[in-house]
Amino acid sequence: MTDVVSHMTPPTVKLEKASTGIEGLDEITSGGLPRGRTTLVAGSAGCGKTMLAIEFLVRGILEYGEPGVFIAFEESAEDLAKNVASLGFNLKELEADGKLIVEHIHVDRAEMAIAGKFDLEGLFMTLESCVETVAGKRIAIDTLESLLGGFDNQALLRQEIKRLFNWLKDRELTSVITAERGEGGLTRHGLEEYVSDCVLLLDHRIIDQLSTRRLRIVKYRGSLHGTNEYPFLIDESGISVLPISSLSLDHKAGRERISTGIPRLDVMLEGKGYFRGSSILVSGTAGSGKTSIANFFAKATCARGEKVLYMAFEESPSQIKRNMESLGLDLEQWVQKGLLHYHASRPSMYGLEMHLVKIHKLVREIKPKVVILDPITNLTGMGTGTEVHAMLVRLMDYLKAEGITGLYTALASGLQIQLEAAEAGIFSLIDTWLLVRDIELNGERNRGMYVIKSRGMSHSNQIREFRMSSQGIDLLDVYVGPSGVVTGSARLSQEAAEKAASMEVEQEVETTQMRLRRKRKVMEAEWAAREADLAAEEAEAARVAAQKKKANVRLETDQLEMAVHRKSDSMASQDAPGLEDK
Amino acid sequence: MEQEISNTPQDPSPEGESGTFLLKLYVAGKTPRSVTAIQNLKKICEEHLKGRYQLEVIDLAHNPSQARTDKILAIPTLIRSLPIPIRRIIGDLSDKDQVLIGLNIENI
Repeated sequence: MTDVVSHMTPPTVKLEKASTGIEGLDEITSGGLPRGRTTLVAGSAGCGKTMLAIEFLVRGILEYGEPGVFIAFEESAEDLAKNVASLGFNLKELEADGKLIVEHIHVDRAEMAIAGKFDLEGLFMTLESCVETVAGKRIAIDTLESLLGGFDNQALLRQEIKRLFNWLKDRELTSVITAERGEGGLTRHGLEEYVSDCVLLLDHRIIDQLSTRRLRIVKYRGSLHGTNEYPFLIDESGISVLPISSLSLDHKAGRERISTGIPRLDVMLEGKGYFRGSSILVSGTAGSGKTSIANFFAKATCARGEKVLYMAFEESPSQIKRNMESLGLDLEQWVQKGLLHYHASRPSMYGLEMHLVKIHKLVREIKPKVVILDPITNLTGMGTGTEVHAMLVRLMDYLKAEGITGLYTALASGLQIQLEAAEAGIFSLIDTWLLVRDIELNGERNRGMYVIKSRGMSHSNQIREFRMSSQGIDLLDVYVGPSGVVTGSARLSQEAAEKAASMEVEQEVETTQMRLRRKRKVMEAEWAAREADLAAEEAEAARVAAQKKKANVRLETDQLEMAVHRKSDSMASQDAPGLEDK
Repeated sequence: MEQEISNTPQDPSPEGESGTFLLKLYVAGKTPRSVTAIQNLKKICEEHLKGRYQLEVIDLAHNPSQARTDKILAIPTLIRSLPIPIRRIIGDLSDKDQVLIGLNIENI
């Protein structure tokens, strides 16, 4: 009595799910169809109900080892086998292996009379027998209407439908029941959707002459599920459903950086390039080199040995390759090595969703590290703005979730950034946005490039001149003058002017030096002249002295001669001084 | 009734006299409905086909897989294998007129 606190533990039994193996369907149902319960697949004629049911069984057998039973009220086993043979499903072989039973039950109202009360016990016995034979875990019933159309007792039918669903549940069979779409309601009887645990609605719509198949999860008891309409595709590999957007925003953001393929552009992005797994937008006017930037990125990626998926919506692969050759880019080698995958398709070939589904399929097949869409704006002509927006969001989301780097080019219709931004409204999703734009100046057109944004890095804020030549792409510094950015020949003349100015200074220096040199020379010459004068004077003085000496000597000799001549007696005793005394 | 029979001119053997009626009645267990069906059928046969029918009652409860091989959905189901063509009548056969139309027996 004192134990008031009740230890009620809420039932935490998680709903078990059975993977369908159908591409994309398991994702949007977060794991598959409810195991051991019934799923109703409603839709009008030709929208792929039977295909979904049979693929659910075949993949259940092949991929999950769960034997299955297919109860066909519409097609015979032979017809069915033929119809799905194109998908690579060999029903006869599976039947021979004892993994599958295709039971055709023919119900024709005209062939029977109703006389009194009855029930469908025989049907349940048939189902029981089939399920027991193969130890079936999965069952598909196609379609409920063909069965029930044979009997026109409404009260009884409702009762038998309920009984069928209970029967399937009791046996814990994972079931897919297909049903025609009713007028107004989801189904003809308006009951099936209530007794099913999961209801998928298939739809086949034609909008603007383009057909799109869509799938919607109307309900899923006890499970989270996407509520959107998901486009799906039936092709040679079966059904692929495309998850419009994953339910959560939890993709990992890597720190790895990858080269843009253009060294100067890497420099503009902290010298390292793009973030791996980010979304990159290259927008620009016509002929501004968007495709070239994309291809240089493709080249850099291939050079690292990684795969690239290039979706071309404008040019054929051979045309792109030829054009890139003129930039000195040899892309053929990467195509040959199986690293570069070009896929060209006209945007108008399919609906928007089909493009998306196709890209998804290719991504799953090729497993690229980089996906390039060139250009995304060509897709915009095909749907309304919101559709395109939704599609691109889905695609970017998907690629990000897969850690794939996406590069998208966008043709800008005008020079105004505002115009460009309004185009698809996707720009908030872009991590790195490069804008290539024309700069018209002095009667010529040049390309200028700048990084509008680049999340998570301190990118350059500079406009660079974007120049393409046979040497590839080069980004040059632009001159910023009083009239704004200077490019092209204006840049050249600016360069020339600066060169001239610097030459003038040099010349001035040289002139000064020359003048000084001359001055020195003049001085030196003067000095030399004076020295010469001095030397001359000295020489004169020496000569005069020598002459005087000579003259003295002669005077003595002369006196002596005179004395001799006069026969002077004092010749022996008198000397020259004696002469002086005289 | 005559009119309704003539409304099915596609039937090649309007007369029962030409051959024996080979009838199979599928039931599932001894349910009240099964019992009713058997009683109803026997009564009709005695009234209209006396001496020229063979009736086999098959209880699928003993052999459920036979429902699959004989393609029986509704219980009870009466199958007229002879005379051809094969005809199916479902229900507990309480609607006697429908049974007669279904079996293509002239109302005497």
